[in-house]
Amino acid sequence: MTEGDEQHDAVVGSKLLKDDERWNDVTPIYHSDAENAVVPIAASEEFKDAFAYFRAIVQKDERSERALQLTTHCAELNSANYTVWQYRRNILQSLGSDLHQELKYCAAIIEDNPKNYQVWHHRRVLVEWTKDPSKEIDFTDGILRDDSKNYHAWQHRQWVVEHFKLWGEAELDYSARLLEEDQRNNSAWNYRYFIISNTTGFKGDILEREINATLALIAKAPHNESSWNYLSGILLDAGQSASQQVVEFCESLYSDKKRRSPYLLSFMVDTLSEKIDKGNDAKDNVERAVKLLDELQQIDPMRRKYWLYQKRSIENAVQSKIGA
Amino acid sequence: MQLIDRDLLKVYQLSSGRVFFQDVDDSSKVKEADSLTQVRDFIADRCRARQARKLARLQVQVDLAKRSAFTLLLSDLSSLSAILSTIAMSLSAMFDFARKDVEVGESAPKELLLEKHADYIHAYEQKKDSYEYIMAEFLRMSGVYWCLTAMDLAKSLDRMNRADILQFIKESQTESGGFAASQGHDPHLLHTLCAVQILVMFDAVDEVSSDRIVEYVKARQNEDGSFGGDEWNEIDTRFSLCAVACLKLLNRLDAIDTPKATAYVLSCQNFDGGFGTRPGSESHSGQIYCCLGTLAILGELHRIDADRVGWWLCERQCASGGLNGRPEKLPDVCYSWWVLASLTIIGRLHWVDKVSLKRFILACQDDETGGFADRPGDMPDPFHTVFGLAGLSLLGDERLKPVNPVLCMPEDRLASASIRVQLLNPR
Repeated sequence: MTEGDEQHDAVVGSKLLKDDERWNDVTPIYHSDAENAVVPIAASEEFKDAFAYFRAIVQKDERSERALQLTTHCAELNSANYTVWQYRRNILQSLGSDLHQELKYCAAIIEDNPKNYQVWHHRRVLVEWTKDPSKEIDFTDGILRDDSKNYHAWQHRQWVVEHFKLWGEAELDYSARLLEEDQRNNSAWNYRYFIISNTTGFKGDILEREINATLALIAKAPHNESSWNYLSGILLDAGQSASQQVVEFCESLYSDKKRRSPYLLSFMVDTLSEKIDKGNDAKDNVERAVKLLDELQQIDPMRRKYWLYQKRSIENAVQSKIGA
Repeated sequence: MQLIDRDLLKVYQLSSGRVFFQDVDDSSKVKEADSLTQVRDFIADRCRARQARKLARLQVQVDLAKRSAFTLLLSDLSSLSAILSTIAMSLSAMFDFARKDVEVGESAPKELLLEKHADYIHAYEQKKDSYEYIMAEFLRMSGVYWCLTAMDLAKSLDRMNRADILQFIKESQTESGGFAASQGHDPHLLHTLCAVQILVMFDAVDEVSSDRIVEYVKARQNEDGSFGGDEWNEIDTRFSLCAVACLKLLNRLDAIDTPKATAYVLSCQNFDGGFGTRPGSESHSGQIYCCLGTLAILGELHRIDADRVGWWLCERQCASGGLNGRPEKLPDVCYSWWVLASLTIIGRLHWVDKVSLKRFILACQDDETGGFADRPGDMPDPFHTVFGLAGLSLLGDERLKPVNPVLCMPEDRLASASIRVQLLNPR
């Protein structure tokens, strides 16, 4: 190749805006550092070029098609740059762009950057503008297939359901399906609680159903923190000691030494605490609770200080009851 | 144990470290890989570009079965997949422990390499033409705050260029009064807080207009007491903390509706005792820190059940000693800050096992370059460095300055500015 050919290729093949005639009317704004710095990596030259032109269009508040494409390019280079997304929204508004197209584009960006705050917020704003939630359930489902605990995806789904009132059996079934796949998915438990607490609430038949379902899962995996948290959570109003079924379930689990998880024992201590507070058989219950807390210090030594604190609290509580 | 099960291939890693993969197009053959890197390269070759990018970013998570080590004598690789599926099934039947965790290897650093960290941070701020530095422009203000706080905790703040940094801060203030990540970017509460924190550390609050900052923060509060991050109003309890912390540092909490701010944070408390981003959002260590910090600044810690959230927090500690963000997630050194600071705020720091936690944090150091990574063996960065150091400070390491658990700043800087935040007494 001759030198001329190389030069030609360099210009034609170059993706740099400074070499693009269509951008001749814009004076790019470089950082003063960049002008003096040595640029060892080719990619960062493209980066500096794109952002230099981006700064220029932001400064003149240009809201054109080419400006929109430039934000696409900048987002590709650095999707976490929040200014790019803000400005893109300004352009979309000014141009009256097709937001459904934009949603498709946004979906693709999120798939590549599923943990990025800015792109999820961008999607939310778009859905607020279109007032159309029809794609959102499937979209979040797609993201959750890759990462079933993606916090942003769950947040978005919860927002969509709440904002557009998409409460219903389908969402309950969704949480059930995910829990069947992995009952350690804390997000799925949280989602289930979210749906029920905003619809029927945890009482009557619903509460019974939830207790049964949770106990069944606990029986399969007694060392799962999430299922125990859920059980405690749904019984907050009714009280842990109120359900004979739950009390008996715990006893039977306890009788199998291999299935004595710290969560089980802790749950049993809480149940006994409740009974002590109500004044039922204080002495026996305290003895049992203290024994369990001693056992907890053995099986969960990492949290020894917490179990000791619980023990002290129970002993203090009963002192005041005996004194009264 | 199965690492990735995708539509393309299954990857297995034994506890001995050997890696095998099975191409679903050719399921009779199971091949041994030299390393996980080789597997990723294999995937990249075989897939379309986007798919490869996605997979290449997958964080491989290994479920460790703590109670047993498996040794397999393999004479016939083709029967491996059958053997491995049986193992996978029997493991999950035998141990429902399957807690996601990492291993702290014997060769991991055990001492605090303080000089190396100071050098690492100092060098990081100097490399203004590095790709990484340029890429990080959109969070420069936060980046500077992480670096300065790390240096100050390490008692080396004087190595940083005060004049340059103050100039940078002034150039980043926008018309709205809020601060952007750097010049030419839009303002945001996150960067506004960082700017004010830096100004307090340098005792230079007088060099900017506080009134304008206060106006910006005030304008971010919504009717329900929540705060938006910027004019686009993304709502998140992180921004509640940013707002009240900012105003606390400027002694202007009077500017916002504090009862509503409290009410909003309280509405984010969940059934498990934790707090999320917004009402109903899953409990998360980082969000809990933001909510407890907000309540501490507003003097409203008595409104929550500290025992309940305290237990949720100490349950974050994994067998490795490290802390995670939610149940069944991997530990990460930044949670050493979010969780530890939260426990300190509610007077229950002693509920974690300090010895194993300290061991985990120290193991996250990079003994070649300095700095801390998210977990042992990974690449360090300033974000994890400041939170690793801050966590060690809370654990009482005397080579570091005491750190304030609410504002994540050296206590002496706050004392100089007469800023005090009340915490719950230790129980």
